[in-house]
Amino acid sequence: MINEILFMNGYGIYVLSSFIFTLLSFLSLYFVVKVQYVRERNKFIAKFGNLKSERAAFAKSQIINKEILSNSSNF
Amino acid sequence: MFKLLEPNKIFSVTSKAPKYVLFLFIVVLSVGLTEALILSPEDYKQSHAVRIMYVHVPAAWITLGIFSSITFLSILGYIFKIKNFFLIAKSLAPSGFVFNIIALVTGSIWGKPTWGTWWAWDARITSMLILALFYLMYLLAWRIYENKEQLYKITSIITILGIINIPIIKYSVDWWNTLHQPASINILSKTSIHSSMLFPLFIMTAAFALFSLLIFLMKYNTELIKIKNKGLDRL
Repeated sequence: MINEILFMNGYGIYVLSSFIFTLLSFLSLYFVVKVQYVRERNKFIAKFGNLKSERAAFAKSQIINKEILSNSSNF
Repeated sequence: MFKLLEPNKIFSVTSKAPKYVLFLFIVVLSVGLTEALILSPEDYKQSHAVRIMYVHVPAAWITLGIFSSITFLSILGYIFKIKNFFLIAKSLAPSGFVFNIIALVTGSIWGKPTWGTWWAWDARITSMLILALFYLMYLLAWRIYENKEQLYKITSIITILGIINIPIIKYSVDWWNTLHQPASINILSKTSIHSSMLFPLFIMTAAFALFSLLIFLMKYNTELIKIKNKGLDRL
């Protein structure tokens, strides 16, 4: 059964390499986009931490800023 | 109506959605892979090589769909001056480009056992390669241009020129004598694929669509945070 799935009458190399290439492309894109997200979010948190109290209070009054700060790991 | 699409209003949804989409994607992909690699039958002519269809065809469909959406959003954004449409279009582009590359590479791998060659300058394959170049130009434009007005104009022009290629891709197999087979699935006429192969094809298409949605959401959230970072600098 396993041999049949892997060998596929001699077509296994073509079929499996197509699927592996697709899955590797998915993984690469996912991690690249995730790294970009984490980098921007960390930058945002660092900048937010450096704000003076009244400016931080003003910034925190915006819903979107609150959301960014609260969603520490959303994926 | 367009006010509902403002970044501030939709961020609360888009920031929470990726984890659910990721979970759904993993479930649907697992079912799709089992169907595509184990349960679906082999073809009487192509034998097991037909299984490449389950990654090649959904990738091609989705890359065409994404490019059409990017063009539609860019035109609407330019006419109605809605910056968020450009942001949505920009966030869709990376997954569209990757799906285009997947369609080209898996098509090339499929070509070797069926046509005896990795590559041919056939109308369908060449027009797909041209689409990849349009995606590349679109993504590079976002990196090169700083001036927003200029950027929106350039990206809209790239997508409008690129969309001319979409019907060429679709009808290339009918207009020219090509190595690539004609469409087997038609909305208006009878489909020539058996249901035992159609089912895994649709499951894999659903999985790929979920993946592009996941990447879109992650990218869109990143772009919104980038804008907010600039906003904090101005405070």
